[in-house]
Amino acid sequence: MTASPHGGAQLALRLTNIDKRFDGVQALDAAHLDVKRGTIHAVLGENGAGKTTLLRIAYGIVRPDAGTITINGVTRSLGSPADAIACGLGMVHQHFTLVPVMTVAENIALGGRRRLDRGEVIRRVRTIGEQTGFALDPLARVESLSVSAQQRVEIAKALSREAGVLILDEPTAVLAPAESTELLRWLRRYVEAGNAAVLITHKLREALAVADDVTVLRHGHVVLTAAAGSVTSASLTEAMLGEDTDVDDTLTAPVSSESSRLHRRTTSTRPESNEQPRVVFDATGLTVTDVAGIARLRDASFSIAEGEIVGIAGVDGSGHRELLRAIAGRARAVTGSLRRPSSVGFIPEDRHHDAVLLDRSLAENVALRGAGDRRGIIDWADVRRETETMMRTFDVRAPSARVIMRTLSGGNQQKLVLARELEVNGAAEPYAIVAENPTRGLDVRATAEVHARLCAARDAGAAIVMYSSDIDEVLLLATRVLVTYAGAVREVACDRESIGRAMLGLG
Amino acid sequence: MTSSPFLRAVVARFGLACAVLVTIGVATALLLLTAGFPVGAGVAALWSGAVGSWYALTSATLVRTIPLMFTGAAVAVAFRAGVFNIGAEGQLLMGAAGATAVALTAQLQQWPSVIVILLALIVAAGAGAVWAGVAAALRNRFGVLEVISTIMLNFVALYTISYLVRGPLQEPTHVYPQSAEIADRLHLPRLAGAGRLHAGLLLAVLLIAVLGWAIRHTAIGFRLIATGENPAAAESAGGIDVSRVTTRAFMCSGALAGLAGGVEVLGVTFALYENISPGYGYTAIAVALLAGLDPWRVAVSALLFGALEAGAGAMQRDAGVPASLVSVIEALLIVIIVAAQAIRLRRRSSGALSDVGTSRA
Repeated sequence: MTASPHGGAQLALRLTNIDKRFDGVQALDAAHLDVKRGTIHAVLGENGAGKTTLLRIAYGIVRPDAGTITINGVTRSLGSPADAIACGLGMVHQHFTLVPVMTVAENIALGGRRRLDRGEVIRRVRTIGEQTGFALDPLARVESLSVSAQQRVEIAKALSREAGVLILDEPTAVLAPAESTELLRWLRRYVEAGNAAVLITHKLREALAVADDVTVLRHGHVVLTAAAGSVTSASLTEAMLGEDTDVDDTLTAPVSSESSRLHRRTTSTRPESNEQPRVVFDATGLTVTDVAGIARLRDASFSIAEGEIVGIAGVDGSGHRELLRAIAGRARAVTGSLRRPSSVGFIPEDRHHDAVLLDRSLAENVALRGAGDRRGIIDWADVRRETETMMRTFDVRAPSARVIMRTLSGGNQQKLVLARELEVNGAAEPYAIVAENPTRGLDVRATAEVHARLCAARDAGAAIVMYSSDIDEVLLLATRVLVTYAGAVREVACDRESIGRAMLGLG
Repeated sequence: MTSSPFLRAVVARFGLACAVLVTIGVATALLLLTAGFPVGAGVAALWSGAVGSWYALTSATLVRTIPLMFTGAAVAVAFRAGVFNIGAEGQLLMGAAGATAVALTAQLQQWPSVIVILLALIVAAGAGAVWAGVAAALRNRFGVLEVISTIMLNFVALYTISYLVRGPLQEPTHVYPQSAEIADRLHLPRLAGAGRLHAGLLLAVLLIAVLGWAIRHTAIGFRLIATGENPAAAESAGGIDVSRVTTRAFMCSGALAGLAGGVEVLGVTFALYENISPGYGYTAIAVALLAGLDPWRVAVSALLFGALEAGAGAMQRDAGVPASLVSVIEALLIVIIVAAQAIRLRRRSSGALSDVGTSRA
């Protein structure tokens, strides 16, 4: 590697003043990033802080609204990942971009322009294997490989295109500790050969252990850039979580006043406060395993009473998804004991996939709840009346219950889902709701309405479990907080610091 | 042109029907022209063979409409549940074999004809359901795609018939590869004054009515639709046992196709042989798609395809035009329908929905 006297030439990748808005949400605000050749640069931040968006811009997947991208001292305009690849960038995504039924060699050849020469590709894969020390069988089908092997194929793919800057998005999230160590050791050798690497992560320890430089993003702003040697775990935590909540208060301003008022009306101020609230969910030793038989949630014990909102926080893959589904009664392979009402309202994160029939009427979407137990004839006129009542109370803007779900805006769709799931069915049962990122993709007004509905349901005595990838939303609504980390569930104090630390697996 | 709302409503409602009729007319004329056949004579033969006379309408068109109604409804039920049953042909054949076996066995006894006919039809439906059940079990147990398994089972069914009409069910002289004739008293009654048209039509209309009503008004029908529309939401939000619903829809579909075979044997052919179906189970896919998978519209599109099939025969006989020309037209229709649906879907999804999918990461 040639150390140039000019500072610019030392930089493998430089992003300056990057702005990006998604539908009114400022994902990045004048963000910058300098990656020096021969170094590993860790980009840290909470979920939604903008770290992946920033690097997707560097890789040409997302076009910035403003800002410049400089690769090896040359300012580039990247129209697509192909442009970025041509400039010597490689990216290993969190969700791999491999074709499962194709072989390793075919996957690596994919995207090439020339005629496919199998022998040549196989030789190339072998060479990369020798250079990197990765055990790569060019003829193995990708679907037969382990996750860590698939990741090595992704890296090999980038290297076969002569990537000098490698961007890895949460590469260790899917790896076992020993595999992570091995990967990071290889990454060190890679940059020592004159290349550069960007490591997107939310694991503080990993960043401190492996990176040369650290950049921390919070709410789309770069709040810290420093050499890894000059920062501590504590200062990084503080930078990631911040003390101020200003940024998000502006986002949820319309409800904050109302909701803090609701907030104060906790169970203690309710008329029957001398009675102990009924326990609605009671779990001991709850374990959920995925299709591969791996425990995604281990030995969780908690109880949730009526009239409270229990917030759930956790980074992706930490087990919150499985926890919510187990509570809602939508998970398979659950062991341990869980007492729950037979019918729990569930507001899943991906409403189009899990909650609605997009091409059916609103009335049919309302009838969907409990359709599995319904018998005999459905009185659609009755369902339509019920739907129109819900539409009035929840302010769902649509001409009638006969309208097709797809024609509604996201906010109105979500309000109808909420109305359906919040519906009290039979007074005999406790009233329970599980919500997962219930305001995802909604604008400020719809978000505020959803928050108000959840608070109103709580005040009516519902037991509510709510996950949000935004800690501020959890703090705004929850009376208690459970944090998932690596499959374990822990109750923590209701403040940013404790939640943030628990999400990162710190004390 | 001032396009009035009325005109637009007409186009929206009957646009596809108009397109279909225009396609049939234009495509027939063009095909005849390019193949060097007299256009006028060909179209005239097609028309008169299909609807030119009371006899043509009842004995040719409607007789072919009946199996298409059953199989079309079968395909519609399966597709509605998200099950791609391409095996109506095989299920029809198994149904025909079942009905033949029952009728031939029972005609030796002195049982009342009504009972035997009912029994034969029930066995036909059962045989179709079992044949579909094989594919359903393969799908549930081993994840075998039903598109593949049902199409393969069609051939298995065809060769099973081949074996039956040369073995256990062959006629007593053992000369022809077909079963013995079913006794007259076990034939489905003919409808008075309507030539070869038989009571199977009434059964088909009745079943389509029940099916249409059940899909719209019962919990079972709603589960079927919800499962077909979005199995993940049906399971998560509706608590529906998706694999049970799809299995039942699959078997119900097989039963309807099996009935087509039973009705055909007892109402038209009166014996089992290999070419008992001119591909009714395949044409059914076009019938169901043209009908938008709606049972009542299946009846209408079955009539259209029945007329085409009937007209094709007449065209070959009277104008010397190969009947396969009509197969080309049917194929063109499928292409048009699929294209129209794709366009409609694209228009729908490009409307609304601007504020969803905000990905902050």
